[in-house]
Amino acid sequence: MSPVAESVPPKGGFSFDLCRRNEMLVQKGLKQPSFLKTGTTIVGLIFQDGVILGADTRATEGPIVADKNCEKIHYMAPNIYCCGAGTAADTEAVTDMVSSQLKLHRYHTGRESRVVTALTLLKSHLFSYQGYVSAALVLGGVDVTGPHLHTIYPHGSTDTLPFATMGSGSLAAMAVFESKYREGLTRDEGVKLVAEAICSGIFNDLGSGSNVDICVITKGKKEYLRNYMLPNPRTYVSEKGYSFAKKTEVLLTKITPLRELVEVVEGGDAMEE
Amino acid sequence: MSIFEYNGSALVAMVGKNCFAIASDRRLGVQLQTIATDFQKIYKIHDKLFIGLAGLATDTQTLYQRLVFRHKLYQLREERDMKPETFASLVSALLYEKRFGPYFCQPVIAGLGDEDKPFICTMDSIGAKELAKDFVVAGTASESLYGACESMFKPDMEAEELFETISQALLSSVDRDCLSGWGGHVYLVTPTEVTERILKGRMD
Repeated sequence: MSPVAESVPPKGGFSFDLCRRNEMLVQKGLKQPSFLKTGTTIVGLIFQDGVILGADTRATEGPIVADKNCEKIHYMAPNIYCCGAGTAADTEAVTDMVSSQLKLHRYHTGRESRVVTALTLLKSHLFSYQGYVSAALVLGGVDVTGPHLHTIYPHGSTDTLPFATMGSGSLAAMAVFESKYREGLTRDEGVKLVAEAICSGIFNDLGSGSNVDICVITKGKKEYLRNYMLPNPRTYVSEKGYSFAKKTEVLLTKITPLRELVEVVEGGDAMEE
Repeated sequence: MSIFEYNGSALVAMVGKNCFAIASDRRLGVQLQTIATDFQKIYKIHDKLFIGLAGLATDTQTLYQRLVFRHKLYQLREERDMKPETFASLVSALLYEKRFGPYFCQPVIAGLGDEDKPFICTMDSIGAKELAKDFVVAGTASESLYGACESMFKPDMEAEELFETISQALLSSVDRDCLSGWGGHVYLVTPTEVTERILKGRMD
């Protein structure tokens, strides 16, 4: 491939250009980097009029908290949302990709997307990558056939459940669901139970933390309750902030004024011939 | 040793009131041996958009060249500069394309968007975007930078105070990291001007 062709927009799909070099580096004893993970608590349940999804908001990179308030409930379609756990880049990319496929499908058919369509697109992508695209998802939505809730594992297997949990906090959250879930919950009962399950993950699982995000999807309506609960506010805010006794020593300063953009005015007299 | 620790770097970006600052250290090393002390890690994409690239220096330069190429194509086609949000998506897509054989880079993107609203964001080496309202950090000194920024940052700082805060956060953090340091490089961008400053730091 010519050097120019290398940089033009690709047709899509992964590029394995650097794999051989990176493998060589590993052979030489250099460690592969760690990626941004969402060691997560994500949950979903079906209540009497639809589906409720919930997630915590902590992103980690090894033991470091990389983002204290990230979004883990991804948009798929106006009536379908999806919680993601696992490698952050994978959950983000896979949901974005399927979301755009669903939109094209809607333009083509002129109908509302179905949850099974999203499910099939997601699982076939994940299965074809044999678990190397590490996204663990909770997919929920309401379509013409009613409310649906599914879990999708990184290898492409799926479950259809009345209540589901995923991520490192899944056990903590499932304990709450197993003891308190029943059929025919009202909206408020459902939201409360989801919040309680997420909080159980936040406080008992170290990979999960910060705030509670909730998404309630009912027939023809959705409510995205970003930061529905903030159970972990900052406890160390100083009134005055930090003040510096000594100024930083500057060796060189270069100031570049930015020019105003010239406004082109149309019209005026036409030039004489 | 991780491949990210081969050259060493420290990067940080902070948001102020209608302005932002992005700063880096100046060291290029090969493990513990210092090669250069005037190495550029922050690159200008256009007047109000900067990208800092931490990680393996060879990859950061390759990635920068590809980004500049794609931005120039965009400028020719659209006859305008890229918005920071758009640019972040471009970087993310470019990195995710190499999901199974990544560039060993951790980018920090900072820019002024529509109506001069500041935008900052960082990513891991496979393009997982992390948007923040206050500050973002990257590089081998990232752990100490998290600590310094977390205690020094205040919301809605004016340009000069922002400069002082980001400089102090950077210099105090690199002093606790063997692989980065040798002074600092700070860009302070307001809607009317770009101020570039070289900071004096420890030379050990």
